[in-house]
This record gives sequence, structure tokens and C-alpha cells, in this order.
Amino acid sequence: MIHVSGVSKRYGTQTVVDDVSCYIKDGGITSIIGPNGAGKSTLLSMMSRLLDMDAGSVTIDGLDVNDTPGRELARKMAILRQDNQLTVRLTVRDLVGFGRFPHHGGRPRIEDKAYIDQALDYLDLSAMADKFVDELSGGQRQRAFIAMVLAQDTDYLLLDEPLNNLDMKHAVEMMRLLRRLTDELGKTVVLVIHDINFASCYSDNIVAMREGRLVHQGAPAQIMQPEVLRDVYEIDIRIEEIEGNRIGVYFA
Amino acid sequence: MASSTMTRSTPAISGRVALARPRGSGGQLAVAGAAVIALAIASMFVGVSDVSLPALLAGDQTAWDIFWISRVPRTVSVILAGMAMSVAGLIMQLMARNKFVEPSTVGTVESASLGILVVTVAVPGASLLAKMSTATVFAAAGTALFLLVLRRIPLRNTLLVPLVGIMLGGVIAAVTTFFAYRYDLLQTLNSWMIGDFSGVLRGRYELLWIVAVLTLVGYLCADRFTMAGMGQEFSTNLGLNYNRVMTLGLIIVSLISAVVVVNIGSIPFLGLIVPNLVSIIFGDNVRRAVPWVAVFGAGFVLVCDIIGRTIRFPYEIPVGVIVSAIGSAMFLYLLLRKRERRG
Repeated sequence: MIHVSGVSKRYGTQTVVDDVSCYIKDGGITSIIGPNGAGKSTLLSMMSRLLDMDAGSVTIDGLDVNDTPGRELARKMAILRQDNQLTVRLTVRDLVGFGRFPHHGGRPRIEDKAYIDQALDYLDLSAMADKFVDELSGGQRQRAFIAMVLAQDTDYLLLDEPLNNLDMKHAVEMMRLLRRLTDELGKTVVLVIHDINFASCYSDNIVAMREGRLVHQGAPAQIMQPEVLRDVYEIDIRIEEIEGNRIGVYFA
Repeated sequence: MASSTMTRSTPAISGRVALARPRGSGGQLAVAGAAVIALAIASMFVGVSDVSLPALLAGDQTAWDIFWISRVPRTVSVILAGMAMSVAGLIMQLMARNKFVEPSTVGTVESASLGILVVTVAVPGASLLAKMSTATVFAAAGTALFLLVLRRIPLRNTLLVPLVGIMLGGVIAAVTTFFAYRYDLLQTLNSWMIGDFSGVLRGRYELLWIVAVLTLVGYLCADRFTMAGMGQEFSTNLGLNYNRVMTLGLIIVSLISAVVVVNIGSIPFLGLIVPNLVSIIFGDNVRRAVPWVAVFGAGFVLVCDIIGRTIRFPYEIPVGVIVSAIGSAMFLYLLLRKRERRG
């Protein structure tokens, strides 16, 4: 369980995240939605100790992210940011292998190789395991990074805009994959996402933010309501039910 | 312990990879190592004094003296300096997250010279160890300054980073030259700025062995430097203490640079071209790259030193001149090549 309590972040006089509290229960996908500048990524960064918080605390399975040793936390939770520009030239296998570092601390054991092979296999990357990451397409590269955090073998996966730069086909594949990770492997996935319809179709829980505050939280059916979305995005969004999914229509 | 698990897993990986591209198996590394040893042996028989194999076999005492007092120390120091400066360049590139930096283009070497100048002026007749320590402190400060400036640059342009380093180094070098001029030490300054192995003699180069230890430390922490090279957030996710790794890298790079500058003088571009060549061929997994960078570096400086000694025999051209002549051309080539690929 992730417990966020009273978390705030300020830059100068501007409050980017303002006293946010929420529970994220184990299992399933939680999507954080909201307009630009709502503080979604900042909140995710603080939850994953990439960014110091000015107030509040975050615990993951009872471990306080601010004072738990980095290696221990890295075995519990993995975070993937949106811009993963590698300046070093690595093969896919080497990259995925780094996911095992929190477990072996620089001394790979036999079982680590099994985890790496499994992760490569799960993401359908085995055939290109020995290619350099910079030779891959955008979708393949994104999958290579997911494979790395999968090899990290953590209960919690935090992803900042994993659909960024992916076309429709790859975006759908990515969301299906995240669904499989939660359904088959029992992971808890938290992601920042812009597309409310992906959030609606694939999440178990949606957290909506606006101007640094958490304004709504609930199942997709509760959040995908015209008045709720109007409150979050300040535009009118018609909701249609298509094959059991609630889809927001906001293009015209 | 680390190496035992390494050897167990390496054959499987390199075996599979060998089909796709040359990735540097243990066998290839052994061949390259043998080539360096051959160069080293050749290096021991190049020089003005007559030291030949027949003379040595005949038990010529003068030949043996020159061999042990001059030729062996010189060859050993060429290998040590070549190896260490190349590895220092690799670590510097990972730390700055840029392929086009190395200790002599970010102010490290310039700061080390400033340090030696300060100690020479302040404490005339200071010991070699005192000079090295001061040079190390200055080198670390200069490198840290560069890394701090980098953090403040909002746009991490590939070409902007080395430019910032070169400018910073230029400012420090200008200060150094000014004071060297005032204290009439310009000639002495030159001996630090242009690497030259001709002064290496038994009893006067042994401190250089420090860099062998530092290179080994660099190898043992290879994984950590690779992760640091992927950025702070990336390292943090993997539970790595980013600042600690950066500090370790700073110490290794500064110490290597200072020790080499004090004992030999600056060998510019070495740390730039060798890691880049290795990266183009083998990729950047540092654990795999470090041995190759070390071997390439040693071999390259050996070749340059032999050229420097033979090209206008019996006179010598300092190795720093040869390396920078070849190195600057290769640097240009690497820069242009990168741009072409971007289109």
C-alpha cells in the first residue's frame, strides 16, 4: 500500500503540489490525471524519492521513502521517468541487467540472469537483446526500459507518462502490457497519463489533480462523469459508454 | 569474488554476441594485450644509447644499466600513463554525460598545473609528494567547478558541454601562465603542459604506480559509473547513491590527472579518443570497456612515444605533441561524424 499524507512542494512562492493525501491499495493500476501544470509528475517524483518534499510523507509498504536506504527501496519500487535519453551506448541486455543491481549490488549471480531473460521474454525483446538501445525504434526502446524495471522485480511500478511518444498501436500495447503486469504478476502500477480514455479503460483507480491539489479520486465510473471532468479540466466532456467502457468525447 | 561470477557469466554472453558484432571476447583482449607487450619490448630498444639484445645477452654492464635505469622505467610509465589517462577520460565522460570531454578539456589538467605552480612558488624545493597532493586538490576543485557549471546550464547541448570545459580550462590556464610569467617559471610550466617521457628514470617515476591502483578501482566500480552515466534519476531508481559515485569519480579523475601531470606532463586528447574508439566498437558497458580502454590507451601512447623518439632521431619530440597532433585530428573527425549522423 502506498500512503501519501500531506505532501507539498513549493518552488519559491509557487506551490506546485499542495497538501496531497491519498491511499493507493495493492494491486491494480492507478492513473493520475489532470491538466498541464497540475503537479502530477511532481507528485510521482516525490512518491519515488526522486524529488524532496517540502512537507508531508510517503510510505510504501510501511517504508518511509525519505529515510529508507536507497537499495532497499529499489527492491520495493521502481520508477521510470518520461525522458530516458541514454548518453551511454548499451545493449538491451545490459540495460535490462541494470535492473538487477539493487539485488546484487554489482556482483551478478546465476539467478539474476534468469530474471533478465524472463523480463526480455515478457516484453518480446529476446530477439533484439544484443542490439544497442539507440538502434531501436521508440516503441521498442520504451519496452526495453519497462523490461529493466521488470527485471528489478519490485511490487510497485511508478511510470511517468509511459505513453509519451508512442503511436496508437504502441500505446495500446503498452497499456495492455501494464494490465498483464497487474493481473498476472500482481504488481501495483501507478502512472501519470494525459489520455483520460486510456485511464478510463485500463485503470482500477483514478486520481485527478488540479493546481497542485488532489480534487477527485475513485473508480473510472466515478471519475468519468461530465461534472467531475469539468471540475478537473474546465471543459465540457461528453461521456459515451462503448462496450462497457466510459469514453470521454472532447475533440469537438 | 566479483571476478569469479563475471567469468562464469561472460562466456555465454560473448559467445552469442560474437556472431552479431565484434564485442571483445577474452581471447581478443589477450591478442591486444600481446600486441601492447610487443610494442613495450620494441620501446625498450629505441633510444640514443646502444642497448641491443646481443649487447644485453653478452652481459654488457653499461647496456644493462641503461636498460634498468632508463628504458624499463620509461616503458612502464608510458603504459601506466596511457592506460590511466584513457580510463580517466572514460570516467569523466560518464560523469559529464558527454562523449567529448576529458581531463584536459574540462580544466582538470589546467588546475593541476596551477596547483604545481602555486606549490613551486610558495614552497621552493617542495617534495614530489607535496606537489602531487597540491595538484590533486587543485585538480579536484577545477573539475568540481566544471561539473557545477554543467548543472546550471539549462540546455545540455552535446557540443556546448565540451566548449564550456575548454573555456573554463582556458581561463585557468591563462591565470597559470600569468603567474608563471611573473615568477619566471614559464619554462617549468611547459614541462607540465607537454607530456614527455624522456626524463623518466629509475627512482623518479615510482609514484606513477598510484595510477595503476586508481585504474583498478575504476574497473571495480565500473557498473556504478555506467549507472551514474545514465543520470541522477536513473541511478536513484536503482538504489545507487549518485553523489557518492560522482565524488569517487572526481577523486579518481583528479588523482590520475595530477599524478600524470606532475610526473610526465599533460597528454591531451588521450582520454578523449581512446574511450570513443572503444565505444564505437564495443558499446559502453564500462565493465567490458575498461580493460579495452586501458589496453588501447597503453598501446596508443607507446606508438606515439616510439614515433616521437624515431622521427627526428637522435632528437626527441615530446609525446604530448605527437598525441595532440593525432588526437586533435581524430577529435575533429569524431565531432563531424556525430553531426552527420544527426542529419
